[in-house]
Amino acid sequence: MSGKLFRNFSFLSATLSFFILVGIFAVLFTYAQDAMHEFGFDFLFNETWEADEDDEGGIFGGFIPIIGTLLSTLIAMLIATPLAMGISIFLTEIASETIAKPVSIAIELLAAIPSIIYGMWGLFYFAPIVHDIFGGNGVGLLTAGIVLAIMIIPFMAAITRDSMNTTPQVLKESAYAMGATKFEVIKDVVMPYAKGGIIGSIILALGRALGETMAVAFLIGSVMSLPGKITDPTTSIPVLLANNFAEAQDLEMSSMYFLALILFVVSFFIISIAKFYFLGKPVKVKK
Amino acid sequence: MTDNNLVLEIKDFSFTYASADAPSLKKINLPIEENKITAMIGPSGCGKSTLLRAMNRIHDLYPGNKYEGEINLYREAQEKENILHLKKENDFIKLRQEVGMIFQKPTPFPMSIFDNVAYGLKLAGLKNKTELKDRVEKALKDAAIWKETKDRLNQSALGMSGGQQQRLCIARAVALKPRVLLFDEPTSALDPISTGAIEELISEIKSEVSMVIVTHNMQQASRLSDYTAFMYLGDMVEYDKTENIFLNPKEKLTEEYITGRFG
Amino acid sequence: MNRLLLNKIILVLSTLSAVIGIGFLFWILGTLSYKGISSIHWSTFANDLVEGGIRNLLVGQFTMALLASALAVPLGMMAGIYLREYGHGSKLASLIRNLSDIMMSAPSIVIGVFVFALFVDPFGGYNGYAGIIALAIMMIPIIISTTDNMLALVPKELREAGIALGGSKHKIILQIVIKAAKVGITTGVLLSFARIIGETAPLLFTSANNQFFTMDLSGQFPSLTVSIYNLATYPDSASRELAWAASFILTMIVLCINLIGRYAIRNKK
Repeated sequence: MSGKLFRNFSFLSATLSFFILVGIFAVLFTYAQDAMHEFGFDFLFNETWEADEDDEGGIFGGFIPIIGTLLSTLIAMLIATPLAMGISIFLTEIASETIAKPVSIAIELLAAIPSIIYGMWGLFYFAPIVHDIFGGNGVGLLTAGIVLAIMIIPFMAAITRDSMNTTPQVLKESAYAMGATKFEVIKDVVMPYAKGGIIGSIILALGRALGETMAVAFLIGSVMSLPGKITDPTTSIPVLLANNFAEAQDLEMSSMYFLALILFVVSFFIISIAKFYFLGKPVKVKK
Repeated sequence: MTDNNLVLEIKDFSFTYASADAPSLKKINLPIEENKITAMIGPSGCGKSTLLRAMNRIHDLYPGNKYEGEINLYREAQEKENILHLKKENDFIKLRQEVGMIFQKPTPFPMSIFDNVAYGLKLAGLKNKTELKDRVEKALKDAAIWKETKDRLNQSALGMSGGQQQRLCIARAVALKPRVLLFDEPTSALDPISTGAIEELISEIKSEVSMVIVTHNMQQASRLSDYTAFMYLGDMVEYDKTENIFLNPKEKLTEEYITGRFG
Repeated sequence: MNRLLLNKIILVLSTLSAVIGIGFLFWILGTLSYKGISSIHWSTFANDLVEGGIRNLLVGQFTMALLASALAVPLGMMAGIYLREYGHGSKLASLIRNLSDIMMSAPSIVIGVFVFALFVDPFGGYNGYAGIIALAIMMIPIIISTTDNMLALVPKELREAGIALGGSKHKIILQIVIKAAKVGITTGVLLSFARIIGETAPLLFTSANNQFFTMDLSGQFPSLTVSIYNLATYPDSASRELAWAASFILTMIVLCINLIGRYAIRNKK
């Protein structure tokens, strides 16, 4: 292969991800047109999701899946953030190397388990526990939120640990040398030093929770209704898409594309903020 | 040498790192005189930093190290305490407030200049705002960077130059009014002008605090210190008044080192 | 003293969270092994889904993941090479790098919807090709980012030395730079393979599922993960058992590839 050809092929490959991203946006936007024209901005706030008898039209509003997505994510974040912080503090500041290493591996393995496994495990083992403690019928917002939390904890902990590890040892020593306790060193030196990475990891985990499908699909109940209590079943955008997208027709299908577009755009912004505002640029060239 | 004005006294002190079989310091004896500057010199790996880091027990951040012997800290009225016996976190905190430390690289915390200096004071429980302000101002004046910092106290300390940062770290340590300050090669990361400023500062605060300085730079040791200890391979080879060490060393090894024949 | 107590409390809580994290790993792996191993029989591997086994599902899942890799690895590596070796520093390269980073975290269900619109709907139905494309779209950004980052770790001098010997740029890249970054890139490829082989959402309405053994990619294609999702929600115990067996096997595959990628290769060097 000549140099020129090689270079051009590599350039084309590089532009591919650009075209995929733009392509996703364009396709979703195009197919969502019918729903956008029909419902407009009200789509976001309308609770009704009903097809007409003849399946040709109907009234479709995204309020319930949007709220379900937001609430399950919120529950997951509230549980996951403190636990992930605790784990990273344990790994970077408390555990000796002989303990930190296997625990780190375990956390990384936990992050690698496919989400469908979390969903299935949650359905058969965790939902009954939630049912016993909090009532409800087991599946619902709370169960989905907790299992979602379990799923994003290792992800969040791994990035937070990495950024806490960048704190220079001598900086910590010099705080200890002034009589600081371990917690004070963490709070006043490590956390501020690793702030960007920590916030970035939280936001990335948020993005992941918003778009998670399989873990939530087993557990949220997949019911088109607003939850009155925290244990009530409801649905989320990814779950609605997973279960009903393929069978939908015409306007309902277009409404599904609209929901996918909303999810995509929101994720896009969340990830962008995390990456470019908090996590900085990726690896720099080593000289 | 009299025992009258000791602030620290190291007696038959041996130290073994957790990961090592052999001790890194062997039966060290060294007096640290009050309101004097003691320099510790010797080639890399001789154990001078290891000894320094034992004096505020910062080694204890990493578990498994073994101590033997005594390091006595003298307080008012000749009352002494062997700091190697300390076990409780609270006692370590107290020790580190009495024995401060300055590191090789400047270590400003990721906070404002004011907060950096106030940090130790706040840890020590000082809450009164005006007193905090006064103590910070005094410490910055003592460390001779008040002029450069008084208009930017609320700015991040990370924006200062390396030399300024190191003086800020000294101010931060001085603010706690420690009895001893430990310097671990405080100027080796700095340019000559900043080094001069730091050395001047060290001479000036001598009246308030006793100091121990580990240095690679023999001119620095001879310029600054009252006493000098020469260490080699974990042994204390010679300790004496600085002029004696440099002009009239008793040990052949010392002479070879200070004349630059090895190290 | 107050601050000491606070210190203790925080340290205990942190340790506790680590214990909880590890606890969940063992809980999940424990129930998975218990349920999975007791549900695995010889027939599980010998039969296809239609006869209560997962043979066709395993073959199908691996076929799609491998073909997706065959598509994504060369494209992703070439893109990574462009970003680091040719376009380095240019605005376009940094735009592409950023977009590809964002793609890496895009919701997988949305990718499924996108592929459905382009490769399922117009072609009259679910097909294996669509599944492969969806998985490849998930994989490409990961390969780009790994290649980019690993090439960045290759010292500049190595390239300069090659050029100084009179090598042409693309030959140096192919023969020296890529070789120097081989270990890291291989790890990245393995980890991304482990990621896509466990994916469900992008397959749900692209390749969908098939009860029978088939190698025909133009029709519905058997998938282990999609089958787990279906089987787990069936009321009969035989289906659930099969779901557990499949989940156990899937998790073992994913974790083994992860361990090999993360530790075996890296340590061997």
